[in-house]
Amino acid sequence: MNTVKLTINGKQYEIEKGTFVLKACSDIGIDIPTMCHDERLVPSGSCRLCQVEVEGWGKLHTACTTQVKEGMVIHTHSEKVVKARQDLLDMLISNHPLDCLTCESAGACKLQDLCYEYGITEGTYRWEMSKPYYDDTNPFYTFDASKCILCGLCVRVCDELQGTNAIGFENRGFETLVATPFGEGLENSTCVSCGNCVSVCPVGALEPRSKMKFRQWEIETTRTTCSYCGVGCQMDLKTKNNRVVGVEPAFDAHNEGLLCVKGKFSYNFLSHPDRLTMPLVRKDGVLVETTWDEAYNVITSKMKQTKEDFGSDSFAGLTSARCTNEDNYMFQKMFRSTLGTNNVDHCARL
Amino acid sequence: MTNSIQEIKGTDAMFIIGSNTSENHPVIGAIMKQAKKAGAKMIVADPRRIEMAEYADVFLQLKPGTNIALLNGLMHVIIEKGLQADSYIDEKTENYEELKRLVKDYTPERVAEICGVDAQDIIDAATIYGEAGKAGIYYTMGITQHTTGTHAVMSISNLALLCGNVGIESAGVNPLRGQNNVQGACDMGGLPADLPGYQKVFKPEVLDKFQDSWGSKLSNKVGLTITEMFKAIEEDQVKFLYIMGENPMVSDPDTNHVRKILDHVDFMVVQDIFLTETAEMADVVLPAAAFAEKDGTFTNTERRIQRVRKAVEAPGEAKADWIILMDIMNRMGDETRYLNPAIIMEEIASLTPSYGGVTYKRLETESLQWPVPDQNHPGTKFLHKTAMARGRGLFMPVEHVESAEITSDEYPLILTTGRILYHYHTMTMTGREDGLNKLAPSSYVEINEASANKLGIENGDRVKIYSRRGELETTALVTDIIEEGVVFMPFHYTEGKANILTNSAIDEIAKIPELKVAAVRVEKA
Ligand code: SF4
Ligand code: SF4
Ligand code: SF4
Ligand code: FES
Repeated sequence: MNTVKLTINGKQYEIEKGTFVLKACSDIGIDIPTMCHDERLVPSGSCRLCQVEVEGWGKLHTACTTQVKEGMVIHTHSEKVVKARQDLLDMLISNHPLDCLTCESAGACKLQDLCYEYGITEGTYRWEMSKPYYDDTNPFYTFDASKCILCGLCVRVCDELQGTNAIGFENRGFETLVATPFGEGLENSTCVSCGNCVSVCPVGALEPRSKMKFRQWEIETTRTTCSYCGVGCQMDLKTKNNRVVGVEPAFDAHNEGLLCVKGKFSYNFLSHPDRLTMPLVRKDGVLVETTWDEAYNVITSKMKQTKEDFGSDSFAGLTSARCTNEDNYMFQKMFRSTLGTNNVDHCARL
Repeated sequence: MTNSIQEIKGTDAMFIIGSNTSENHPVIGAIMKQAKKAGAKMIVADPRRIEMAEYADVFLQLKPGTNIALLNGLMHVIIEKGLQADSYIDEKTENYEELKRLVKDYTPERVAEICGVDAQDIIDAATIYGEAGKAGIYYTMGITQHTTGTHAVMSISNLALLCGNVGIESAGVNPLRGQNNVQGACDMGGLPADLPGYQKVFKPEVLDKFQDSWGSKLSNKVGLTITEMFKAIEEDQVKFLYIMGENPMVSDPDTNHVRKILDHVDFMVVQDIFLTETAEMADVVLPAAAFAEKDGTFTNTERRIQRVRKAVEAPGEAKADWIILMDIMNRMGDETRYLNPAIIMEEIASLTPSYGGVTYKRLETESLQWPVPDQNHPGTKFLHKTAMARGRGLFMPVEHVESAEITSDEYPLILTTGRILYHYHTMTMTGREDGLNKLAPSSYVEINEASANKLGIENGDRVKIYSRRGELETTALVTDIIEEGVVFMPFHYTEGKANILTNSAIDEIAKIPELKVAAVRVEKA
């Protein structure tokens, strides 16, 4: 027997042995809130938001760390469960600055979404807010400890997936903080600015710096392929008003939610003022702006002349390891079919 | 790559040679570290103590240009210890006796001497690779950018065959391609002897197929490689040079020589997104759309064909490269109009067997690794499964030879070059990212403390470097990650440009220049 029979919210299911309750529920379309869960990581069971009631098991159990068992009777949204979750959210929000009006993450914040879902309007716990600690030494992202809910995702991603181990928890207990070793700031740590921690932070504690201000609901996303190295990571470009303002890694691709500093953060060249915007032709020794029509005319009349005077093999072309397959196909087709030579190569032997 | 990136997670041992993976292919580097954590063994061979070396079970800090000796040494030990895959060799390979004979002379002691590593480390590395059930080899330019590059690649394949690592999952021979679409540029026929899909221009049946489809007369004469093109320009054979999206003024060896050639050519068109050092020398410069401004596909290092999608408009009047090329072809009398890249892909698929089943429609829901011969084929995760089942692996034993350029009294140090994490290629893109410039602002040379002491150089000093081809000034970074006698420079920067110094001597087979070994002299500026 490789499956177990169990009851979830009054319905019978047969589920593969060894499956975690959280996964079993999401497979059958039941949405359980999570804050510290990430399928790629070893479950940590630290936020406790995913807790569910199992009849006869006493206290509540975290769905992300509990495996299905024969005969289990699970309630994912019983009154007791909902109350417990509300209490946890209340505690989190009581210790969180309500900066949603200015927070860049508003609209893409799990804490905000869950408070909304569970009807939490304000924190009722009165205690001293966590100590402010702000690290803006990294050129690509900032860390605001006051917004950190200590889910641990960043630390686990940096360790388990990125393998860099640049950050960890300090001062365990009430004063716990995500920090670099010896608190010397990200700039002086082993951090390689991959941004993989930033991509998983469920709140606004780790935030990418953007040259342009935007609200999360104003942006459109487009799935594409990173244009730097041959790994070809899949990613979503976030755009606003015809400008790329951020990049998120794809989780359902071979890069499994990871990117590097170039893919994640190096997109500002796209809108750099140095971009070429007009064709240029050399006149009296200098390159001057011209129309496409003139540029094409200069090129094609030279092509025809050269072909006539010196033959097809007097052309040579370097195609590009940076351009698309379709661009490359057209390039070699132009050389072979239109110009009649196989003098096509690329610089990628380098 | 014969195998896929995700398969790395299932491997028993990784042998990383001549690849600074965590800097040049960072996400693959991360996945390798995950595999290591999960229990796989790791061997790293590189002239510099790169980050991956910190994770390695065995790290071999070899002299630049001695890869083949090391590989032969590993095979020597494997055969000596009887760790080779006997039945695999019997059933699936040819020429084993020849290999056995050749590597016999490569004792760990002799190889240790040639490579400047410890004999015991060679034995340990060979044992790890030989004992692993599934072991993958991963390499990049540290293998290929030598005059003996092609031989080193053969040597790698010998090692993989010896232990039965070709044609199985989580193993294989895996060159990690540098630029994002090198794989695709080659697949699409960006090579002088190859039409799309590596179909040879000199095969009549191939030529007929393309002539029928394109409706034109094609040449069956193999074209010129980049190095040969440069020579032909010097000799006034080539008059018209068209460069799309490349910057040989920074990326190619012996910059002074490249400048002379580009100056000399009768007419040059450059199509790019910025006015690069190369574009500045052109007669016509055409503004191209960047990756986020056009539709298309890239093929990654594991042969995965993936969509590129337009997210923003190109600036000003810049156009997608394929549109520019189509416009020119139309004006030259080829009337074919393509409405969009999906239609170009239809043509590619109809002419290229390995892309036969690729359509934009499929790419919306699937990601395909070639070969994808037809619409119903799911793509190919790892290569040679069926070929190896029929037995076709050929051992190609090769001897170690010295690099083209060796050190002398005048040029006593070996210069090796490479990329760094924070910049990409000739920096046209990354050089315009403030944050990256902050992290990696300018050119430098890594030099070992002992070498620096002898020369009276301290960390941060300005230094002059001379080679037989040129000289430059840069900043010294005194470090222990590199050994005495070897210095390293990233090649990205325009100021203090490493390729002023490098050697354009090429590997006779692959025509790749020896960027990894040049003899130089360093002096305090
Ligand atoms: S940016 Fe990358 S390396 Fe730096 S702390 Fe985050 S995950 Fe770790
Ligand atoms: S910084 Fe973000 S990801 Fe890290 S522990 Fe805090 S809330 Fe979680
Ligand atoms: S994100 Fe980094 S590792 Fe991924 S493709 Fe881009 S450059 Fe390569
Ligand atoms: S998601 Fe289960 S404890 Fe956080």
